[in-house]
Amino acid sequence: MTHADPFPLVRNVGLDGMLVTFADSMTEPSNRAALAFRGAMEAEGWNGVIETSTSLASAYLRFDPLTLPHAEAEARLRALLATRDWYAAALPSGRKLWRVPTVYGTELAPQLEDAAAAAGLSATEAIARLSTSRVRVLTIGFAPGQPYLGPLGPEFDIPRLKELNPRVPEGALVLAISQFVLFSGPTPTGWRHVGQTAIRLFQPGRERTFLLNPGDEMQFPAVTPGELAEIRARDEDGTGGAQVEEIAA
Amino acid sequence: MSLIVRRIGPACTVQDQGRDGYLDQGLSHSGAADLLALHEGAALLGQSPTCAALEMAGMGGEFEAAQDIRIALTGAPMQASIDGSPIPWNASHLLLKGQRLTLGAVLRGAYGYLHLGGGVATEPFLGSRSIHLTAKLGRTVAVGDTLPAGPDSGDTGMKLIPTERFSGGTLRIVPSFQTALFDHPTLERFEQTEFRRGPRANRMGMQLDSEGDGFAAQGQLNILSEVITPGDIQMTGTGNPFILLPECQTTGGYPRIATVLPSDILRAAQTPAGGAIRFQFVTLDEAATLQGAFQKDLARLSSRVEPLIRDPHDIPDLLSYQLIGGMISATE
Repeated sequence: MTHADPFPLVRNVGLDGMLVTFADSMTEPSNRAALAFRGAMEAEGWNGVIETSTSLASAYLRFDPLTLPHAEAEARLRALLATRDWYAAALPSGRKLWRVPTVYGTELAPQLEDAAAAAGLSATEAIARLSTSRVRVLTIGFAPGQPYLGPLGPEFDIPRLKELNPRVPEGALVLAISQFVLFSGPTPTGWRHVGQTAIRLFQPGRERTFLLNPGDEMQFPAVTPGELAEIRARDEDGTGGAQVEEIAA
Repeated sequence: MSLIVRRIGPACTVQDQGRDGYLDQGLSHSGAADLLALHEGAALLGQSPTCAALEMAGMGGEFEAAQDIRIALTGAPMQASIDGSPIPWNASHLLLKGQRLTLGAVLRGAYGYLHLGGGVATEPFLGSRSIHLTAKLGRTVAVGDTLPAGPDSGDTGMKLIPTERFSGGTLRIVPSFQTALFDHPTLERFEQTEFRRGPRANRMGMQLDSEGDGFAAQGQLNILSEVITPGDIQMTGTGNPFILLPECQTTGGYPRIATVLPSDILRAAQTPAGGAIRFQFVTLDEAATLQGAFQKDLARLSSRVEPLIRDPHDIPDLLSYQLIGGMISATE
């Protein structure tokens, strides 16, 4: 016996949005499908569309419901969905690999030990695994220029905190549900603060306002607090000492 | 033309209708917390509602005119005076060079607006003048700042009766894509609960308090981070609702029980601490109809502007006073 696959799902986001969701968990194909479908929506150029974006496994259409009524928006999205297999889409070209020096634990990132315990690891082992994981920019969101990164190993599938962390600083590397978020500004969060970098992901007024693009890859090699302080002291472009290279297509 | 800031409240920012097109880089819309107030100010000054204004959360400031300049005051009413003489709110005024405009604390509501003839003409960034404090895009206005105004000509001495929206009330909501994460009894209880605006509120969002249990979704600590839109009512891990406002995040993992209609977000934002709030579900079709009516009302605002000069019709008892006086006189 087979069950009907409910995905992709087409649902409304408040009054002025529709969300096309390709899976209820972040998988590589669902992330790729979201990126490709968003590109296709942009190419359609429907009247009444205000903007589009992607989340981890969904593509988002924001529109004026008085110009493009909900029923019509939904019909168009379903018709576009039917044109191809979106899960087989290719990743965007022109991607980069970023290696960003990171302090794990210490007073700069005080929840490393807590996260390690939740993952059933010693702090040393957690740092060894986290600092060698190569992760992808799955989406940019929550705050400007700020990536969700993954996937990390299943041992790091730890829940968010019940009580919000009142404030983590810019450049904080936080962990939950087998993903990192690298914060582009100080903010409260329900994720555990495991690492600290000097990268500045959103720099209004600079020629490049936003550093990353969805599909880029990142790695967070461990450095000492002293090394990070030196990087900060000589960092002029806001990349936090990152080494950047093109990923071959 | 410009205004020089001599004193200023702690949370005053330049705002217009916000910024579209950067959700894909995680930059949310921002813009005035009270969109209606922006339109009212534009109607009073006879200019475009795309003009930026100074949004003042809770407390105004003192402003000196560097040249003669037209102003208008809308949104949450504040005590207002020019060189010590009280002036009416929801009205346009001429501020002569050297005169000082003083705006106090809000009397009702949360966000007051100071509009300049020609609009506040700060440098736009990514297509908008809206400051986005959460994104560190710009900053609050400080003492010594100059608020530049665009080119301007026109009249003052006009008024507009505002739509009442400064003490909470019922907010219309639509089901959104995560509403189904909440079971039916929870949704019913949500709609039957009277909430109070909590002490935590800013342009990102506002906390609501209520008696009794929180409003939990199933498995809510581990759902996938997903798109957020202003007006979303987010449940934190403890089941306390937050209404998300123009500077909200673009995505997040806490589930949203419903979304406040765009036309009612301003009523939410203008609710003072302790103000009572209830929610009422409407269908998407009803919501679209309400949105159409709201936009028509905005377009009609300029036809509702009238001269500030005291009209006899504004003084309800005037006729009777005159009549009684006349009668007394006749019997003498």
